[in-house]
Amino acid sequence: MRALLCSFFMILALASASTAETLDRLREISAGFVTKDYGQVQATAEALAATGDARVATALSALRGGDLRFRKSDKQVFRVEKVGRDYALFDPFTGEAMGQAGSRETSKIKVNNAIRNAIDGLLGGLTLRADDPAIRLDAAEALFKSRDPGALAALGSAIEAETDGSVRDAMREARASILLASAQNEPQALIEAVETIRARGGQDALGLLAQIGADYPEPVQEAAAQARRGIEQSLMLWGYGQSLWQGISLGSVLLLAAIGLAITFGVMGVINMAHGELVMLGAYTTFAVQEVIRTSAPHLFDVSLLIAAPLAFLVAGAVGVAIERGIVRYLYGRALETLLATWGVSLILQQAVRTIFGPNNREVGNPSWMSGAFELGEMTITYNRLWILVFALTVFVLLLLILKRTPLGLQMRAVTQNRAMAADMGVRTAWVDAMTFGLGAGIAGLAGVALSQIDNVSPNLGQSYIVDSFMVVVFGGAGNLFGALAGAFTLGIANKFLEPLAGAMLAKIAVLVFIILFIQKRPRGLFAIRGRAVEN
Amino acid sequence: MRKIISAAVAAMALSWGAAATAEETIKVGVLHSLSGTMAISETTLKDAMLMLIEQQNAKGGLLGKKLEAVVVDPASDWPLFAEKARELISVNEVSAVFGCWTSVSRKSVLPVFEELNSILFYPVQYEGEESQRNVFYTGAAPNQQAIPAVEYLMDQGVERWVLAGTDYVYPRTTNKILEQFLKDKGVAEEDIMINYTPFGHSDWQTIVSDIKAFGSAGKKTAVVSTINGDANVPFYKELANQGIAATDIPVVAFSVGEEELAGLDTAPLVGHLAAWNYFMSADTPENAEFIDAWHAFIGSEDRVTNDPMEAHYIGFNMWVKAVEAAGTTDPDAVIDALVGVSVPNLTGGYSAMMPNHHITKPVLIGEIQADGQIETVSETPGLVAGDAWSDFLPDSKPLISDWRAPLSCGNFNTATGKCGGAGE
Repeated sequence: MRALLCSFFMILALASASTAETLDRLREISAGFVTKDYGQVQATAEALAATGDARVATALSALRGGDLRFRKSDKQVFRVEKVGRDYALFDPFTGEAMGQAGSRETSKIKVNNAIRNAIDGLLGGLTLRADDPAIRLDAAEALFKSRDPGALAALGSAIEAETDGSVRDAMREARASILLASAQNEPQALIEAVETIRARGGQDALGLLAQIGADYPEPVQEAAAQARRGIEQSLMLWGYGQSLWQGISLGSVLLLAAIGLAITFGVMGVINMAHGELVMLGAYTTFAVQEVIRTSAPHLFDVSLLIAAPLAFLVAGAVGVAIERGIVRYLYGRALETLLATWGVSLILQQAVRTIFGPNNREVGNPSWMSGAFELGEMTITYNRLWILVFALTVFVLLLLILKRTPLGLQMRAVTQNRAMAADMGVRTAWVDAMTFGLGAGIAGLAGVALSQIDNVSPNLGQSYIVDSFMVVVFGGAGNLFGALAGAFTLGIANKFLEPLAGAMLAKIAVLVFIILFIQKRPRGLFAIRGRAVEN
Repeated sequence: MRKIISAAVAAMALSWGAAATAEETIKVGVLHSLSGTMAISETTLKDAMLMLIEQQNAKGGLLGKKLEAVVVDPASDWPLFAEKARELISVNEVSAVFGCWTSVSRKSVLPVFEELNSILFYPVQYEGEESQRNVFYTGAAPNQQAIPAVEYLMDQGVERWVLAGTDYVYPRTTNKILEQFLKDKGVAEEDIMINYTPFGHSDWQTIVSDIKAFGSAGKKTAVVSTINGDANVPFYKELANQGIAATDIPVVAFSVGEEELAGLDTAPLVGHLAAWNYFMSADTPENAEFIDAWHAFIGSEDRVTNDPMEAHYIGFNMWVKAVEAAGTTDPDAVIDALVGVSVPNLTGGYSAMMPNHHITKPVLIGEIQADGQIETVSETPGLVAGDAWSDFLPDSKPLISDWRAPLSCGNFNTATGKCGGAGE
């Protein structure tokens, strides 16, 4: 075996000594890409990788990304980069610029999932010795998935040369995964591999171990079964953690959606059916900001949300003040009319947005710091939801400070508790009403900025949140911000623990029924305000 | 003086009459929601219809008359669909109606079309189990979309299946058909996971982690998605964020087309699949012409074309051909003339209207690309004829539909030899 390896490496060395020759060879092989047959494309990719030439890696990643095209006239294969409507052509192996071509002059070398999978494995084999540890880690992960026995030798030497501990572990796991793919390997090696996989844990490991069937030696089967039980147990515990996190995350979304309503409905007693549309306006503000940034200052994209947040607050707040001054103030004390009027406003806002921005979903991108996820043990925590939680709590604290520590907050509370007396003390109650409503509306706009990151930005965005928002406020207790906080998280967590048991549909129904029963028992919600304000 | 006046009156009457004949038009009803939840999908179809009618008028109209579009807005409100359909047929006296998207809106207008004897062209893929004399189904039946897609994934080695859908009639029926189909193919009960979510579901964390867990049992897993409309964007965002790539667990969707992808960053979705009868990426001269005309009509190069638009293109051209053949817009004559009509589709072939009022189409399986387009990776070798009654449901297995005389029945039971569905 070792002799064979040696000669293999010698051939490699020889080959790289005469680069021009190998380049011709690579080009010759790559002619196989000029086809519509996916099988042949994959075979060609494999043949290229089998040369072991490092330059193949760039060509293969280009193929995977759909950036490999051939010129229709002479069937030559190029790596391309889009330049306006045309393509700039590069040599797929050396990267040398080869001029330009129109999009109709070249044809894309099509790949499908099977080929992408194969390429991942092949690239894994080629990049095990890359300089960047992150690439080496990716390579090990790719081999873990592809389980290509041909990569065993390369893995073995890479493990010995590896200096980074975590990369080495990943490589060992990849080797174990490849070994476990075949029942013909030595039982002792298989058992060791099972142990390595067990130490890795997680759902991937479970899937690997599940494949150890009756054709494996008995001790291996036993070890695998034991390892599976252990992993399943720890997964179950982590599962609770995952549900809890998902519940908290759903709670934070509910809190954001409801917190503005806790002001307009909770504090002022206005049933504002247009609340959801104010959220939507916030989301569209984010879209508009991103659109401007995309066209005029792309480098600012990562801070687009920070720019959008104050703007969304102002836009939604201004619309809120307009609604209050234009409609709601004439209807104080007439709940039913307010409900109908604000519902009408919600329809007008929806259709206005539909007319201006079109009925289609608008693309709001996630900034890089809000994309992806990280693993905490066996839990997956997505960055966008983590940041939304942080954002929701920040907004909550800010709002609390405004209500408790500012003159405006003091006046708001005074007007809610006793309007006549507040007016006697010189508080401009009408102005305070407008500002309170505007504050609630502005916060709805802030919610829209956050929701644009997880939901689709369409004219219907608001509708899906209005019922949930009212539920949170009614459940938590109108007029109490802490009620909204507790209500949102209770409902979120309850929903997420019910969902795996009952399904999304039933979980939602169950939560609704629970709230109805709860309101029967405690009509004023979780945190009821007592006192004269309530009695009027 | 009196003479002059009477002459003037006569002249006026004459010219008025002349104007009336010159402006006599054939009216075409367009019944798509322009507001409410479904506006997102249906507004485009309204525009597509207006474009097709404009093109036909440029070609000289139909039977020597101009076509006139009558657009109404049923506002995503199902009972309103029935009212607006009645208004189109009895008040505006349209010759045919192109419209509806959701199955429930179609079901709501069915009795109206039957009662007033008019024609409806329905352009959206649906669950089947229906064939009505006055309705022509130009979208896909399950055997023209769902079954070929699942067969393709089976070829790719998928052994474990998640059937995820929105909770209403189309996904429920489609999944029932697919479940039976999979079991017939030897897939075990525990290798199928079925999941339903409410309309507009936006919190996909639990379901995506469930799919991830289900997919790690050591067998290649795929998700068959009948998730509808708005709920797709948060679903795909969650998939991308939780790091489920198409190379691990591919998702094949029946309700996600170019239009739906327009609101998404598709880079993390590359390789997820869609099954339709048309993709904007289809490389044919007809399609290139259609796309150019659409861009010119709508005034934007960014707008995409999609499968239901092609269905309207086919349906409209079929109607035009049938009216020309019948020489009249009389519904009975046109309904009879429509069966057997064959017109070019946009993917380089011909689609024909079958006696069961469904059409023949190629089935394309495509993978989503980073630019939001869908690229064909597999195509049925020939055309597939739409089957109104699925062969995979015990109740509908013996049923056939044939609207030609002498059978003239939408649910003929071959087991009992009677027209009237599965009963007895």
